[in-house]
Amino acid sequence: MGHDADLESADVDSADLDTASIDSAGLHHAGVDRAGLYRTVRLIRRFEERAIELVRSGVIVGGIHPYIGEEAIAAGVCAALRRDDFITSTHRGHGHVLAKGADPARMLAELAGRVTGLNRGRGGSMHAADFGIGILGADAIVGAAAPIAAGAAWASRRTGVDRVTAAFFGDGAVNQGVVLETFNLAALWRVPVVFVCENNGFATSTRTEDAVAGTITGRGEAFGIPAHTVDGMDPEAVYAAAAEAVARARAGDGPSLLECVTYRVDAHHTFEYAARPRYRSAEEVEAARARDPLEIQGARLPEPVRARIDAEIEELLTEAVLFAAGSPHPDPDSALDYLYADGTRTRSGVG
Amino acid sequence: MANQSYLKALNRALGDEMARDPAVCVFGEDVRSAATNVTAGLLTRFGPQRVLDTPISEQAFTGFATGAALAGLRPLIEFQIPALLFLAFEQIADQAHKLSLMTGGQARVPVTYLVTGSGSREGWAGQHSDHPYSLFAHVGVKTVVPATVRDAYGLLVAAIRDDDPVVLFAPLGALRRREDLDFADVPPVPLGVGRVQRPGTQVTVVAVGHLVHDALSVAEELAGEVSVEVFDPRSVHPFDWSGLAASLERTGRLVVFDDANRSCGIGAEIVAAAAESMRLVAPPRRVTRPDGAVLPFALELDRALQPSREQLRAAILTTVGSAQLAGAAHG
Repeated sequence: MGHDADLESADVDSADLDTASIDSAGLHHAGVDRAGLYRTVRLIRRFEERAIELVRSGVIVGGIHPYIGEEAIAAGVCAALRRDDFITSTHRGHGHVLAKGADPARMLAELAGRVTGLNRGRGGSMHAADFGIGILGADAIVGAAAPIAAGAAWASRRTGVDRVTAAFFGDGAVNQGVVLETFNLAALWRVPVVFVCENNGFATSTRTEDAVAGTITGRGEAFGIPAHTVDGMDPEAVYAAAAEAVARARAGDGPSLLECVTYRVDAHHTFEYAARPRYRSAEEVEAARARDPLEIQGARLPEPVRARIDAEIEELLTEAVLFAAGSPHPDPDSALDYLYADGTRTRSGVG
Repeated sequence: MANQSYLKALNRALGDEMARDPAVCVFGEDVRSAATNVTAGLLTRFGPQRVLDTPISEQAFTGFATGAALAGLRPLIEFQIPALLFLAFEQIADQAHKLSLMTGGQARVPVTYLVTGSGSREGWAGQHSDHPYSLFAHVGVKTVVPATVRDAYGLLVAAIRDDDPVVLFAPLGALRRREDLDFADVPPVPLGVGRVQRPGTQVTVVAVGHLVHDALSVAEELAGEVSVEVFDPRSVHPFDWSGLAASLERTGRLVVFDDANRSCGIGAEIVAAAAESMRLVAPPRRVTRPDGAVLPFALELDRALQPSREQLRAAILTTVGSAQLAGAAHG
């Protein structure tokens, strides 16, 4: 994969593209579902904005880790996956879960801790899962899902299924030993996994360059894993890189590592709105906003198409908010349901 | 009927389950060469896709097994050294164990963690001699400690078939035991069900793992003086509280014989539970390792920190004696 071409593609205006390969509505280009990618980015953006409103109004307790500005990665990677492919996600995972196809209403209900949520209100923002469509769950321990993803991928192949697993993690995870151990295992056993590192510039407040010796791609290369740096602000660049990595995994050629370079324009977590930690300037954030995945992908669509998608997403999320806020809270007596898969009951804390 | 060893029981249980269920596979260090003998013959019988030697990467291969379980397999991981569980603790306690609840029942993680040779192995010093079953009971991971050859077979079969993560601690002190039995006649042992290994009327000794055999010896030695009931919980989580309560209904006195560190060990929980809601006519006692013990190397020092038969005998006599004194005072 020529990664220089990927970096440049963000700057390519749709007018410059080979018009012969654009369909009549301008929605596809060279096999890329441009409208679909835009729709996913828009869905995630507006979902996060509505979720932040619900954090502020108290409907969502515990806050969230907003994915705003990073949507191109989830959209691009998941567009390259099949419905039965697996993903593992992170504490900043709403985008991955939505892009893989989870119902936004049930996702929002999960964030609000309702019984109609994806996890019946047991997981919340950091643990959303939907096994029916291959979402093995978001994981709140940095890097800890990498071996789980690799194991699920290995088991899929062993049972004769040509399923691929994508493991999302952040730049903070590349300094976790378990991730490096997993790179070794995955390369050694040619596991059909795609490691997707979202380098958003910060591990909470620590800059990537203050935490990472060497390079992120170098960590993959050290284990013989093909590794590429991708423009994580451009959904189509991410899609192209992911499609190649997924095809490689599905063909039995083993793992790949994609370092998707992005920028976290919002808070690490909504607690920052009150705590206001100082680790970057407002100017830096504003400068980063100049390259917005929403606008990059939106500019590739005819305006009426974009407007129609925007309206559809607004309607979808209005309904999702009503569904989430109107759904019942769980019965406190059910707090230990699902603790054991076989229904084992242990003692209560009193008596 | 043949004379079988504890290690053979583990080997047979694993082999029988692999033959019964193609989803069962084994990960671990040196499992193909069968360094502990537990996996002997399995590579030849089931092939390299079901018996995998892992690099020395405990966190990764433990998490890897969780993922394989989520995708439909039923892995067993062998750990040769109990302290390796500390390396993988996050992946067991925080990942495998929590996924069922956190996903609202979507996830099942049927992984068995087999620790072949837990507890002191005499002369292996501080980092090879822990017996950390209480730690897993504390966080809620299903945890079993078979004492006998029969239970080693029956509990390992049950652990592999269980849909939750289960840690099986095979105490070093029990590995060389032998019993006359035919494995084909041994049923799975349900988790959370203890067994009275010796009936008695005056005092219940709850002994864990290899200490069951020491407790039985002491009970026999004291047979002329005190009637000792030996209760083997077999599982430390879930624990057979009703079985313990029934024993204490009979005896009213309790001594716990537990090769774990004293503070926050399972012995502390057993004593607390008995004091709260079970029949006790005398203060309960514990014989354990000291608080926060690290086993020293020299044999005299290693043994000095392990619960001993002499300590158990003294505790039994004190418990029975104090009850008799209390009874006399009230009379």
